[in-house]
Amino acid sequence: MTVMPAEGLFSLMWLLIALPLAGAAILLLTGRRSNSWGPYLGVLTVCASAILGVLLLIQMMGLPTEERTIAQVAYQWVFVGSFTVDLAFQLDQLSMVFILLITIVGSLIHIYSLGYMSHDPDKRKFFGYLNLFVAAMLLLVMANNYLLLYVGWEGVGLASYLLIGFWQHKRSAAAAAKKAFIINRIGDVGLSLAIMLMFVTFGSVAFSDVFGSATQASEGTLTAIGLLLLLAAAGKSAQFPLQAWLLDAMEGPTPVSALIHAATMVTAGVYLIARSNVIYNNAEWAAMAVIVVALITIFMGAIIGSAKDDIKKALAGSTMSQIGYMMLAVGLGPIGYVFAIFHLLTHGVFKAGLFLGAGSVMHGMDDNVNMRRYGALRSVMVVTFITFMAGYLAIIGIPPFSGFWSKDEIVHAAFERGWFIGGATVLAAGITGFYMTRMIAMTFFGKKRWETDVHPHESPAVMTIPLVILALGSTFMGMALLFWGDIESWLEPVVGYESEPTPLPTSAYIGITLTVVIVGAIIGWISYARREVPIDAPQGNWLTRAARKDLYGDAVNHALVVAPTNYAARALVWFDSSIVDGCVNGSAAIVGGLSGRMRRTQSGFIRSYALSMVGGAVLVLLALVLVRI
Amino acid sequence: MDPMYYIYLATLLFSIGAIGVLVRRNAIIVFMSVELMLNAANLVFVAFSRMNGNLDGQSVAFFVMVVAAAEVVVGLAIIVQVFRTRQSASIDEPNLLKY
Repeated sequence: MTVMPAEGLFSLMWLLIALPLAGAAILLLTGRRSNSWGPYLGVLTVCASAILGVLLLIQMMGLPTEERTIAQVAYQWVFVGSFTVDLAFQLDQLSMVFILLITIVGSLIHIYSLGYMSHDPDKRKFFGYLNLFVAAMLLLVMANNYLLLYVGWEGVGLASYLLIGFWQHKRSAAAAAKKAFIINRIGDVGLSLAIMLMFVTFGSVAFSDVFGSATQASEGTLTAIGLLLLLAAAGKSAQFPLQAWLLDAMEGPTPVSALIHAATMVTAGVYLIARSNVIYNNAEWAAMAVIVVALITIFMGAIIGSAKDDIKKALAGSTMSQIGYMMLAVGLGPIGYVFAIFHLLTHGVFKAGLFLGAGSVMHGMDDNVNMRRYGALRSVMVVTFITFMAGYLAIIGIPPFSGFWSKDEIVHAAFERGWFIGGATVLAAGITGFYMTRMIAMTFFGKKRWETDVHPHESPAVMTIPLVILALGSTFMGMALLFWGDIESWLEPVVGYESEPTPLPTSAYIGITLTVVIVGAIIGWISYARREVPIDAPQGNWLTRAARKDLYGDAVNHALVVAPTNYAARALVWFDSSIVDGCVNGSAAIVGGLSGRMRRTQSGFIRSYALSMVGGAVLVLLALVLVRI
Repeated sequence: MDPMYYIYLATLLFSIGAIGVLVRRNAIIVFMSVELMLNAANLVFVAFSRMNGNLDGQSVAFFVMVVAAAEVVVGLAIIVQVFRTRQSASIDEPNLLKY
């Protein structure tokens, strides 16, 4: 693939990152002085990035396919002997769609936050962090080498930590932020090891060098790199076994959840694997590991989402599950990469809509997140209800909403690989239908179960307009990307695309999936809309109880990691305080005691000193005499 | 004359001086005993100088005398000062500099 130098409008691509970064710097460094205008500046920088992104897209569409990879070198960043790393940005079809998703959905979330956070005293800081988040994510997707990608990767981790713990006065929020950061660090170790391994193997960490010479490396090396990258992706994208942070991350303000789940953060893992497609194409076992991890996560997420009464946690479960779909698709190889990105885009839009919708509901319900205290909100919050329904129909995959097209393609690609994987995706789609129906039934339908002093109301326009735009996206984006945008041939030069024959015609799979989804939805409707929803959660069966505890994710982490570490730490403390300190203190005590005895000889009587001198002299004399003889 | 006589005499003088330093409490007496020891050494120096026929020992004896004179100056000054504060010339009295 030829890489074109950045000319004309493309020479401005560094501005995409620089604008939100400058916004973050100004907002965070000017302090209270920018309290009044800071939030608007924060919104403005991201919107400007979005506009620039759209202009770049138009420019790129005018180029012939083979000239769509454009690189811009800012300066030479690392140069050690023959090893050099440039601070360079690369714009291609894959980064382009990510940039648009991040900036446009990011802008909408910023605008929404103006309303949602309007009463928060630290609003300025919040927008500063949001800008930092967007800038880091843009750096991640625009880097042209793994080292620069790692900078963005860490930036995203930092921004998520700051935002999840934004309400740090709440102990739970501070703990959730630390948890997210620490679990992400485990993934980061995987990424840094993968980068070192790439450097050792290929002598370079630039995408073009690594992918260009990937086929020359042994399969063992590629598998190791692939597995390490999978570890990194699992951390960032909340995949099994590093999924535990995602549900606690709901402690952050709702726009943050929307940003983490839709535009930034969790999509980074999928991006990493899609970007490294050459490695996975040549490492069968690593790709298989991706599929296994994805399948486990799809079901974990779906089961957790079905049991949670907290609307945000239920949505978080659904994100886990949907990201699992994307990971599955990238694990499938060239038959899936394109659809993983396709689903990522549609999911980014409808999940942002759902989260912001949930935020709107919470806004009207005095920040209560318990769906058992919702009910019958459809007539009170009309705009929120309609936009939420668009997101709902999109996520469960009802035609012609956007989720249908992308999820259907993933299911189809899964069937191309085999019955088992295909069947699993269909089953998970059915569970998606169940838990999403449960969510809307408990929230918008049924009887009022509000607390006595709550007066639900529709949110202000600054919050509902982004909702409407996202709802329109949830409705039409799938069709637009598939038929008008031709996403397959757009992404094909970067990630590759091929199709394998399946035993049944495509329509059959659509039929099966839709039937299962509708059955799931009907079960959800019967259980939660037709029947009374008890305000106190019933005990439930063992699976419900397990799912309420995040399928014991925390318990497992505690038993396997936290408790052994604590024991080891305690053992080391004991060793340090009794053995090491004992040796040091003991020798000091011996010397001190001896000195105490010996200093008694310093009596202060001159004559006794004189006696010892004479005695010493006599001894020396005697010694001399004896030696002489 | 047998040089051993000088040695015996010097040993006797030195022993008297050493015992004087050890057993007497009066600082002046102790000082005199020190002088006695120094002079015992001088005697040996001079005797051997005479015996060997060169002047090295005699010049060392002069050095010892000069040093002893200087020492007496400093030492007597200290003794006078101590006597002024304590009304005593006993060397067992000033024993504060100890453990």
